[in-house]
Amino acid sequence: METLINNLIASGLFGAKPSFDVVAAIVEFVAGAVVFLVVAMPFAGVVTWLERRVWARIQSRVGPNRVGPQGFLQWLADGLKNICKEDLIPAEADAPLFKLAPYLVMLAFILPWSVMPFSSSLILADLNVGVLFFTSVTALTVVGVLMAGWASNDKWSLIGGIRSAAQIVSYEIPAGLSIFPVVLMTGTLSMQGIIQAQGWAPQHWFVFANPFTFIAANVLFVSALAEGNRTPFDLPEAESELVAGFATEYSGMRYTFFFMAEWGNLFLIGALMTTLFLGGWRFPHVSDNVVVMNILELITFNVKVLAVVFVSMWIRGTLPRVRIDQLMTLCWKYLVPISFADMIGTAVWVAIWPDGNAFMGYLMFAGGLAVLAVFVRRVVYYVRRSRMELYFRPGI
Amino acid sequence: MSTLRTEEMTLNMGPQHPSTHGVLRFVIRADGEVMREAVPDVGYLHRSIEKIAEKVGYHGFMPYTDRVDYVCAMFTNQGWAMASERLAGIEVPRRGEYCRVIAAELNRIASHLISVGTMGMDIGAMTPFTHALREREMINDLIEELCGARLTFNYMRIGGVAWDLPPGWREKALAYLDHFDPILDEYNSLISYNKIYVERLANVGVITPEEAISYNLVGPNLRACGIKWDLRKDIPYSVYPDFEFDVPVGEGRWGTLGDSMDRYMVRIMEMKESSRILRQALQNLPSGPVLAKVPRNFKPPKGECQVRIESARGDMGWYVVSDGTGYPWRVHVRTGSFAAMGIVQKLSRGLMIADLVTLIASLDVIAPEIDR
Repeated sequence: METLINNLIASGLFGAKPSFDVVAAIVEFVAGAVVFLVVAMPFAGVVTWLERRVWARIQSRVGPNRVGPQGFLQWLADGLKNICKEDLIPAEADAPLFKLAPYLVMLAFILPWSVMPFSSSLILADLNVGVLFFTSVTALTVVGVLMAGWASNDKWSLIGGIRSAAQIVSYEIPAGLSIFPVVLMTGTLSMQGIIQAQGWAPQHWFVFANPFTFIAANVLFVSALAEGNRTPFDLPEAESELVAGFATEYSGMRYTFFFMAEWGNLFLIGALMTTLFLGGWRFPHVSDNVVVMNILELITFNVKVLAVVFVSMWIRGTLPRVRIDQLMTLCWKYLVPISFADMIGTAVWVAIWPDGNAFMGYLMFAGGLAVLAVFVRRVVYYVRRSRMELYFRPGI
Repeated sequence: MSTLRTEEMTLNMGPQHPSTHGVLRFVIRADGEVMREAVPDVGYLHRSIEKIAEKVGYHGFMPYTDRVDYVCAMFTNQGWAMASERLAGIEVPRRGEYCRVIAAELNRIASHLISVGTMGMDIGAMTPFTHALREREMINDLIEELCGARLTFNYMRIGGVAWDLPPGWREKALAYLDHFDPILDEYNSLISYNKIYVERLANVGVITPEEAISYNLVGPNLRACGIKWDLRKDIPYSVYPDFEFDVPVGEGRWGTLGDSMDRYMVRIMEMKESSRILRQALQNLPSGPVLAKVPRNFKPPKGECQVRIESARGDMGWYVVSDGTGYPWRVHVRTGSFAAMGIVQKLSRGLMIADLVTLIASLDVIAPEIDR
């Protein structure tokens, strides 16, 4: 890195006498931006393809399978098409705010990647308030969405924006409160610190640590779905009610930005769940080679995240949408009290067993496996009765 | 504490709105999410179908009847055929009547599948819609074999039906029914008993039996209010007296009697009954011709008649006046969707915007049937 920066200074690209720190900062910014562009954006794109394929199978359709192998490049084609479209701003819209809103939403989607713990070394900034940073910057979405709703000067957009504001602000509370049980047990807010406090084996994950963390994990997942505007909480853009909610007046690339952020948020939901409750990147120590270990950890982390993402796609394919009053009831009457009780329960648990209860971990893991087995049985039963050719020929 | 000052806003829902089932328009006065009132504005799909009848004659009008209600075109076919037959006093052969019933009941299942599927989609669940349409495609395949068309059938003729059942079709239809009956249970476990779904539908848009009668609701919308009125039973026509079937009515099991959930469940149960009728019709199919001898130059004697049939959207009335020439003097169609639109304004008071979508979907209005 230093030689690279020295070479850059010697090349005279930054004027005659640049300071080393300034050049280093610029290089780091560029490197970070490239990482975002290479990792975050394509991920959001690939998730759109993945979701369309998964969703199609749930609905006994085939889904996009034309562009590239298995339709894998569909997201690139869609992106290209949207870039080529006219950048339309309605005459009555508040143009500066209208233009700014998609960038704010993108910002809220990109910032959390800086504390994303991909593996033991692959993390841009291991902040000591990592989790707090993560949840607070994702909440920035509400500013962008509200701005989009207001600036569009369209009543459907406005309703969508207001719904989104109410929803995200409300669900921040149970989401934040469900993080505290983990913080109570580890005594740290750092992403890496929380992951290192868990083991690689499922019985050492925080989701199975005690009954309270298990409930907290579920509450966090539900709240995260609500914050990410996912079904069953996709009210801000409820297409059957509000046309397209806050994005009604948007088209072309600005529209794409909103939806890239939405699908990218799926990864964030998964990453938060994985970090806090599912053991993060922890992998058994099989090699002394740091690079090999990091690659294995990176794969572990991504597999876990994709598993959570898949569950959320499954939920989207299954559940209807709740109404706004039911949404608020769920949050304030159920999730908030539950997460408060959780916090107190965990505090008591930690006071009784400061180092955790190993037996409880095994017991809860066994219980989880039993529930999973029953669930898989039911799924297999229904899969057998649906269009089998779609499952026997996943290639179509 | 002083009350928050709020302002009413006027929202224009439609005619290009994703959940207005065609080209409907509502003018909504809302205070935030809560509606003061939604005023339906009909007429965007008016095509003067009744007037066309006066120009094309009796035989020629049959394809136009498909367009009155394209989701269940068999019933509009049947209504027109029955009205013309009554004017001229034509007796339809028994096999022809059976073919009509089979085609119509298949079409009723298809129409109800669309209704319950779009219901799920309007609530925000996409999967039930595709599953329902998958089943409907199979019905469309069957009907395509029967008459060559998948949407606008033009299957019936004055005096019977255009074609007899193709060879092997009966077995195919019975096999489909064997496949279809368990699908309904699967559909129920997929969406009907879903907690969120029931919460969204129950107690929304409650219609009391008195209101239903005074607003002239018909068909499943009326039966969901607990009123057992089905023309197939109460004023039997065609060969419906031959069959054994129940008339499902709303029970208010999930909420109040006559709410959206009742209307939805009545349709689900009606599909089961249609399947029962189909089985009986296919098994007891008589032999003989399917089409009576009807002159090409069809001129019914002077007179008028009113025919009522139980379409998928309820009591459909065909009023035809003949002046003795080859062209009807006046045709009027009375449709269930138009009646259902009338009650929307009353029910919408105090509902939320999301509930209006539920209400429209549960009333199962089809835009072309409202305006004709």
